[in-house]
Amino acid sequence: MIEFKEVSETNEMIEKENLDVRTITLGISLLDCIDSNLEVLKKNLYGKIVTTAKDLVKVGKDIEREYAIPIVNKRISLTPIALIGASACKTPEDFVSIAEVLDKAAGKVGVNFIGGFTALPAKGMTKSEELLIRAIPQAMARTEHLCASVNVGSTKTGINMDAVKLMGSIIRETAEATKEHDSIGCSKLVVLCNAPDDNPFMAGAFHGVTETDSVINVGVSGPGVVNQAIKAVRGADFTTLCETIKKTAFKVTRLGELVGREASKRLGIPFGILDLSLAPTPAIGDSIAEILEGMGLEQVGCPGTTAALALLNDQVKKGGIMASSSVGGLSGAFIPVSEDHGMIDAAQSGNLRIEKLEAMTSVCSVGLDMIAIPGDTSASTISGIIADEAAIGMVNQKTTAVRVIPVIGKKVGEMAEFGGLLGYAPIMPVNNGSCEEFIARGGRIPAPIHSFKN
Amino acid sequence: MQKSILTVVGKDRVGIIARICSYLADNDVNILDITQTIVDGFFNMMMICDTTKTTKEFHLLSDELDALGKELGVMIKLQREDIFEKMQRI
Repeated sequence: MIEFKEVSETNEMIEKENLDVRTITLGISLLDCIDSNLEVLKKNLYGKIVTTAKDLVKVGKDIEREYAIPIVNKRISLTPIALIGASACKTPEDFVSIAEVLDKAAGKVGVNFIGGFTALPAKGMTKSEELLIRAIPQAMARTEHLCASVNVGSTKTGINMDAVKLMGSIIRETAEATKEHDSIGCSKLVVLCNAPDDNPFMAGAFHGVTETDSVINVGVSGPGVVNQAIKAVRGADFTTLCETIKKTAFKVTRLGELVGREASKRLGIPFGILDLSLAPTPAIGDSIAEILEGMGLEQVGCPGTTAALALLNDQVKKGGIMASSSVGGLSGAFIPVSEDHGMIDAAQSGNLRIEKLEAMTSVCSVGLDMIAIPGDTSASTISGIIADEAAIGMVNQKTTAVRVIPVIGKKVGEMAEFGGLLGYAPIMPVNNGSCEEFIARGGRIPAPIHSFKN
Repeated sequence: MQKSILTVVGKDRVGIIARICSYLADNDVNILDITQTIVDGFFNMMMICDTTKTTKEFHLLSDELDALGKELGVMIKLQREDIFEKMQRI
């Protein structure tokens, strides 16, 4: 029989420590919507999305009430649109019109983000992928819920430097196209290396072609819970610290597993994966930086930060793996700067710089995330940042990503406001030494030697 | 059996348990176990109940209990038991 203190512990996590299910993401395969006529394709897409996802928001709300656990976001991920639109789209404008249809469908079913405006030119770029990428700036400017992602490399294929070069200019154009709102378009655009097929977290979520027709993926979060647990073992050795994080991760993951299975049962859609990623929100107490500081760092960014983050990421994975056989996605710790008040403080005080964040991305779950940079940063410098990050991912066989926002019209020290979960961020300085000649070479960086494992 | 956990937290007063129990009885909810303490004048209670027989939808029960809690000046929360079972037991 469940005991009083167990009930209190769970409810305290929810009420006081911001434990929540961050997202239920419904993955929908759009392969059966393909048509060479653009208008027919758009009709098929809209129809399939609103039919498959019609109960998603309601089921999410029901579960929320029955277990008294907040489910913050209900989202949809789609088959990469570069594949779906390949035979119908002849111009970037055609892809923009698809983007508008997807956005409308998202609004209709009541989800806050729809991901999958995606191209996967990890090795070579098809004509359709190039058209989709060129459509991104206008697509981001004209939609509200749509998220775009581009996978520019992998451990197996190397890095497509032509795609990296193109993405530098596309990020700048997207920033220009949405400059009235602090270049917010870039906050929904992510450039990945080793993108997973089953990631429920935006902006990098898409429904991989390796997946079944539709699938429910769940993302749980709970930095506040881990933070509280760490506070209780202040001064204890690393073994104790690790055990504490693992136990907490275990409990949080079990909660996600329950919600995922329940949602899957009620929607009649198979359960895919559970992603336990400690993802911060701008709320006090819901911060990754605070966890690292709780381990004994004065402020995130100081020496010791990378080690602390490596430890955290690994223990979260270990606790999660034990709790569910369906752990997947990225599972670890996210370090988006604008969404974490501890990171924002450290960036403002100058303790946290992009170079340190880059080191941190080699041991955490994703990459340079939600970082505002000066609006006059050149396209080649942005490409250079992407190339560095992709190289870390490629060599270390992990997912890395870049979501930087060159805030048009703003300089170092000023603030960019994105609102809601996306938060706010101080503009961080970028090393402006030129890498133009390097980026201009074009071609591909070959896969590393350890990728030849057959 | 569909077990649910009801928790009540708030300032102690006469009749909290009585009112909750009669509401549950009216709705065919059977009480399996009650644990209750008072710390510094604060009333803390957990009930394990069987919600199999009730004809009311779960969220309706939960809303009505919430309203009853407001009337009594306490917080009442009804949750399905699996959430605790899953999180706290291997």
